[in-house]
Amino acid sequence: MQIFHHSTNTLAKVSIFGALFAAAGGLWLVLEVNRSSYVTQAGVARIQPVQFSHQHHVGGMGLDCRYCHTSVETAAAAGIPPTQTCMNCHSQIWSTSPELEPVRESFRSGKSLEWVRVHDLPEFAYFNHSAHVNKGMGCTTCHGRIDRMPLVWQEASLQMEWCLTCHRAPEKFVRPQAEVFNAAYEPPADQLELGRKLVQEYGLKPRTSCSTCHR
Amino acid sequence: MAEHAPSAKRIQSETDALIAPGHTLASITEKIASLALKRRTPLGWFVGFGISFLLLQALLYTLAVLLFKGVGVWGINVPVGWGFDIINLVWWIGIGHAGTLISAILLLLRQDWRTSINRFAEAMTLFAVACAVIFPVFHTGRPWLAAYWLFPYPNTMGLWPNFRSPLIWDVFAISTYGTVSALFWYVGLIPDMATLRDRAKSKAWKIVYGMAAMGWRGSARHWHNYESAYLLLAGLATPLVISVHTVVSLDFAAGVIPGWHATIFPPYFVAGAIYAGFAMVLTLSIPLRKAYGLEDFITMKHLENMAKVMLATGLIVAYGYTMEAFMAWYSGNPYEKFMMANRMGGPYAVFYWLLILCNVLAPNLLWIKNLRTNTTFLFLISLVVGVGMWLERFVIIPVSLHRDFLPSSWGSYAGTRYDWSAFLGTIGLFLTLFFLFIRFMPVISIFEMRTILPEGEGGEPKS
Repeated sequence: MQIFHHSTNTLAKVSIFGALFAAAGGLWLVLEVNRSSYVTQAGVARIQPVQFSHQHHVGGMGLDCRYCHTSVETAAAAGIPPTQTCMNCHSQIWSTSPELEPVRESFRSGKSLEWVRVHDLPEFAYFNHSAHVNKGMGCTTCHGRIDRMPLVWQEASLQMEWCLTCHRAPEKFVRPQAEVFNAAYEPPADQLELGRKLVQEYGLKPRTSCSTCHR
Repeated sequence: MAEHAPSAKRIQSETDALIAPGHTLASITEKIASLALKRRTPLGWFVGFGISFLLLQALLYTLAVLLFKGVGVWGINVPVGWGFDIINLVWWIGIGHAGTLISAILLLLRQDWRTSINRFAEAMTLFAVACAVIFPVFHTGRPWLAAYWLFPYPNTMGLWPNFRSPLIWDVFAISTYGTVSALFWYVGLIPDMATLRDRAKSKAWKIVYGMAAMGWRGSARHWHNYESAYLLLAGLATPLVISVHTVVSLDFAAGVIPGWHATIFPPYFVAGAIYAGFAMVLTLSIPLRKAYGLEDFITMKHLENMAKVMLATGLIVAYGYTMEAFMAWYSGNPYEKFMMANRMGGPYAVFYWLLILCNVLAPNLLWIKNLRTNTTFLFLISLVVGVGMWLERFVIIPVSLHRDFLPSSWGSYAGTRYDWSAFLGTIGLFLTLFFLFIRFMPVISIFEMRTILPEGEGGEPKS
């Protein structure tokens, strides 16, 4: 007496074999989703109260990073410029542009513009800009070609494995100190050779112990 | 048994105690299969299952509270960071070891008496592992994060677990153990599942048992593959009997806590595991054979053999305790000395002496044959050993921790009601699974029981 149709044999084999692939595929999917921009928000340009273009100001006009981000060499935070910095120029040029009305409004009222934070590290991660830019780490190494971004997006995932790619091998990313603020800097063909030299010269010992960043 | 052929004499004299006289292939099959297949469930089963199921709810409640409030609901804190949770982990994992020893090592050593107890001993192993893993997993506080603390996989933090830590070895030891035990148990069940499938009356049960039997037809080819697979699994499981509890003991031995940091730990933990495991097999089998009338299959010889294993492993454990005390004195290390004095005369001394009573003194009564063959006494002594092994872990874990190196860090420890409800809850989980097992599955391996019948009865001779 037959309980099962003979096709059950095939079904059983396929389902046992298939379960392995389903499990492996499920794991792969979770890992991929965790690294996707859906989770990290990397590559997603944010809408700001004023559509300030780094492409225009840095790429086009050649402003130095430090003109606005004044504390980048001395403090943990690079600093968001006060409205007055904008008004240095914009009291003279584009002074009636409706696009810039929020800037003038902020200047008149003394209430800061509320920019949308793009690079939002979790509170449990300690990061110091000055420690990096004074040791040959260029702005664009982490922030990407900021001089080509009309609206800023986060270039890197900001996940810990991304931090560690450099902390474990700084020679792959370090650049001469003079080039740190050069947005158009391209690493040379012999980056590794130069990198090792610079690591020696700057005394780079990026630590990977937990308390380096999780203080 | 004079009617048996002379050729069967050797087998007969060896096995007459392993199965009561008068059984045939058919009667064995009928007896065991009917336990799983009968329509009416005995009232006693419902009572037992009901109590176990209630205890299981206590576990679920405890774990829910723990997830909401954190591991603080358990009594662990500085300096006693490991309490009931790790005691229970070690206790349950240890209990499982007898199942693996019976199914794997005794199989390879051709000990026929394993046949009638291996099935439920393996089930016991599996359920004990299930209870054990609950504790370390929930002890992490946030089990959903435990994946990256425990398993090496390419996570977004670029981090791997610390492979030098015995806690990571533990993850592998226990998960391997669980997997191999489950496979071994299931593979052993396949021919019996086919028997149940063929004997089941209702269509639904035919389908359920039929799926579990995976198309078993009992052809020569099936048996050939089956025997190879079973032997291979036995070979795989054999080192696990030694390795799993060795790794568990290294969780302690690798730490520099006086009372933990001892090279004797691995062998003495393994012996203790087998000791506790056989005690649990006895605790389960004595009521089981009584309630289901299985005295024909689980005979006095089985119980006596298990009692002897318990006595032997109990003596090894006693040697372990002696050596711990001896080394504390002989090493001349003041911390070791203090630890031992604190065990024997400190605030928790009563647990130490209870442990000596339960684990060292009580089992020596098993030297006496009259006591060894008294089921009531055996049942009681196996409970005593179960309690003793729990106390052993209590004495090792919190009692070693509560006196830190600096007197300013000294503390005390007591389980909270959530510690107790979690412990009783896992007993509930264990018994719930066990009650389901004895209701729906063959508690004794039918086809292996058939092989211990002498040739004269039509059974296959044991090669």
